[in-house]
Amino acid sequence: MGRAKLPRKSTNIDMTAMCDVAFLLLSFFILTTKFKPAEAIAVTTPNSVAAKVAETKDVVLITIDKDGKVFLSMDDESKKEVMANTLNTTKNLNLNVQAFKKAGFYGAPFSGLSAFLAIPEEARKGNSLPGIPSLDSTHNEIKEWMALVLSAYAGQKVNIQLKGDNASKYPAFKSVIDAFKKNDILKFQMITNPESVPVGTDLWKLGMKGEKRTD
Amino acid sequence: MAEMDTSSGGGHKKGPGVKKSKKLSTRVDLTPMVDLGFLLITFFIFTTTMSQPTAMKLYLPKDADKPEDQNKAKQSGVITVLLGKDDNVFYYEGILDNTASNFKSSTFKEIRNVLLDKKSRTPEKDLVVVLKPSEECTYKNVVDILDEMAINVLKRYALVDITKDETQLIKLSEAANAAAPAK
Repeated sequence: MGRAKLPRKSTNIDMTAMCDVAFLLLSFFILTTKFKPAEAIAVTTPNSVAAKVAETKDVVLITIDKDGKVFLSMDDESKKEVMANTLNTTKNLNLNVQAFKKAGFYGAPFSGLSAFLAIPEEARKGNSLPGIPSLDSTHNEIKEWMALVLSAYAGQKVNIQLKGDNASKYPAFKSVIDAFKKNDILKFQMITNPESVPVGTDLWKLGMKGEKRTD
Repeated sequence: MAEMDTSSGGGHKKGPGVKKSKKLSTRVDLTPMVDLGFLLITFFIFTTTMSQPTAMKLYLPKDADKPEDQNKAKQSGVITVLLGKDDNVFYYEGILDNTASNFKSSTFKEIRNVLLDKKSRTPEKDLVVVLKPSEECTYKNVVDILDEMAINVLKRYALVDITKDETQLIKLSEAANAAAPAK
């Protein structure tokens, strides 16, 4: 008696479905990735054990570069417009409101602001700009900028963030803190790179016990 | 017949001059394409999640105008950490005495042990760390020392302006350290 013949299976698998999935995922990742925008101001941030991810909405970011120059940037265009109009009326700066709205960051004294806005966006690079004057305590323009920001946000939640370069000196940082204090901003975040908690320290022990971090 | 006849064998005969066209399969090998797809996926997965900056919170005290409004700290529970240039760290416990004999020099590696030692010797409610960054120290130093507070779970600390005497002392000790580096 002959045995029943097993049907010969082909070793070729249909890859179409797998290919579909792969490219679906690929397009998802490409579309959701936000590439780091080419930074006009080069800053290397220090590391810290802070575990909280920095906020990305309603951010007002103060950047201190390695020479201690201070820049301000924010993400909400409607608030920028309010600020530009306020500046035009109170200081008679004659700013181009559209250019002010589109600018990614501000890094010039008030007197040179309209000249700063006239520079094309791509040509605004941190190292060739004067920065916002802050070191002179009698004429700390950061203070005025922060007052301006606070009045534009008018009580809404705003995340003040500070991003400093490793090599920047303390006086620049201090002048920014002073400007914050003068405006009653007593709570702000410092942008850092994550770092693991050293093993054996008190914080590490807390983490091992499963306690929630409060920072 | 419902199917299209694609086979060239059998069926009707072509003329003697017509060449038989070779039948090509429509199946393409998709393996390299899948490979490429997954390679790109892994690339994007790795590049997206790696650089998520974190935020360190810092709460500032409100400036007290009158000295009597300022917080008082017990002398025995205070340790003052001073930051000098080139990552030098100095510290003293309590109040700096006239001869500066309790003014000690340290480094970022050693300061953790100093702080832990102080923490173990002092009741928790008395312990205050006073941080005094000098004009010469960098932003990184300040963040590092604030981080040290978080690492050692020191809840009470303050950033305070440095005094002239202390700046002078830092300068002197730095000069002394530079003169005699082998210790």
